[in-house]
Amino acid sequence: MTSSAALEVDQLEVCYGGIQAVRGISFSVNPGEIVAMIGANGAGKSSTLRAIAGAVPHAGVIRIDNQVIRTTHPEEIVRKGLSLVPEGRGIFANLSIEENLRLGAWTNRSNYDMNLSKVFGLFPRLKERRNQMAGTLSGGEQQMLAMGRALMSRSEILLLDEPSMGLAPKLVREIFAILRDINQAGVTLLVVEQNAVMALRLAHRACLLELGAITLSGTGTELLENPKIRSAYLGH
Amino acid sequence: MKYLAQQAINALQLGSIYALIALGYSMVYGVLTMINFAHGDVFMLGAFFCLLLIALVPVPFWLALIVVMAATALLGTLIERFAYRPLRKAPRVSAIITALGCGLVIQNTTLGISPYARPMPRLLENATYQFGGVTITMLQIVIIGVSLGLMLALDFLIRKTSFGMAMRAIASDRAMVSLLGIPANEIIAITFAIGAALGGAAGLLYGMAYPVVSASMGITVGWKAFVAAVIGGIGNMRGAVLGAFILGSVEVMTVAVLPSTYRDLISYSLLLLILVFKPYGLLGKPALHKA
Repeated sequence: MTSSAALEVDQLEVCYGGIQAVRGISFSVNPGEIVAMIGANGAGKSSTLRAIAGAVPHAGVIRIDNQVIRTTHPEEIVRKGLSLVPEGRGIFANLSIEENLRLGAWTNRSNYDMNLSKVFGLFPRLKERRNQMAGTLSGGEQQMLAMGRALMSRSEILLLDEPSMGLAPKLVREIFAILRDINQAGVTLLVVEQNAVMALRLAHRACLLELGAITLSGTGTELLENPKIRSAYLGH
Repeated sequence: MKYLAQQAINALQLGSIYALIALGYSMVYGVLTMINFAHGDVFMLGAFFCLLLIALVPVPFWLALIVVMAATALLGTLIERFAYRPLRKAPRVSAIITALGCGLVIQNTTLGISPYARPMPRLLENATYQFGGVTITMLQIVIIGVSLGLMLALDFLIRKTSFGMAMRAIASDRAMVSLLGIPANEIIAITFAIGAALGGAAGLLYGMAYPVVSASMGITVGWKAFVAAVIGGIGNMRGAVLGAFILGSVEVMTVAVLPSTYRDLISYSLLLLILVFKPYGLLGKPALHKA
């Protein structure tokens, strides 16, 4: 079966030693699209992203550019053009900012200088502090570094796990504005968020994950207006 | 004064060899938070590989050094691949016992093949130089020079190359390293190879300096280097070198003023004393984040 989707997930299941975190979900992300996945803690959002990134074993079918992914080696997924910015950002605190970015370019070392200046263009604050240890950055700057580092691989699909976590509202807006820029530059985004308003406003399409299953899906606007979402996730 | 300078050269020689071995302990600890107890025995095999090589073909020193480093690098990689990697997710005590077991297997295999200590043939000319009344031998210059050269090369590798950055990143968050498309297992294997190559070089140099090679060298000398790595702060490369030179100096000074039987008493007491005041070693820091 072939389709035009950049990422396609069919009957995905993820188990952690007998506990089923994801119970047969299916969705797809088209090239150039922003898809948001919202839901409460423990709904299976992170597990879905981790399975796609090859960090945890899965059942069901994952296709990246129509290629079925079976590996559990995350490094092979990055080579296929998909990167995950994990929850907690995973920056290397004991390395400088530029060293972090350089490691992001591991799979794509050609045009390093050009990619670096693109990332510094998106995140001027990182450029100012390029030789500083990443551990000294604030939470927002660490999120920027994690995103910039993932972009260094020139991945076509970027998965982001809770990019707004622990950030002040102003910074959250800033991060989401940059996500829109990244998308407009041609990168396909799958964003997992607890901050439903921001995520749904950003996304072209979105889905709600509850207890490991997709219970609602539609355009971002549709979900924003859905009464169930409004009462449970937006506090209206 | 002359006497002191002479002792300083001796300390530099011993410290250099300890440093080369200590770096191997520290590198592996850095990436896996694991003590590779077989490392001392890889050091010992470095000396034996050299003996074997010279017995087969009389090669010059430089070639012997390269061959020995390549052979021990291969050995280190094999140990990692077949003994340690399968236990990556096992309880830590299993990995420790496996490392001790590997060391004992190497040591006793060597003992089976060569039950007695063997003299190391001379690889370099017996030249000596005088500097203001202080004598330094060709051998000492080579030992200190080669060691410092290898240490500087390693420092460059760790600080300036992508490989070195990946190595340091693995120490901080291995899962994240894989998510960036970096083959963490390869980096770990290469780390073992480099550590073992440095250990092998140290074995050869030690065999040349104190020209008796025996299967127990891994314990008598290798464990001292482990002590040096802990004194400096295990996981920290510059700490390993610092600890090695401190330990080398203390040992040389002890033997200069006290009977040599006091040497180990003093060096292990120093370890205990330093750890009381600096539990992470001189340059070590508590881990910020371990994944």
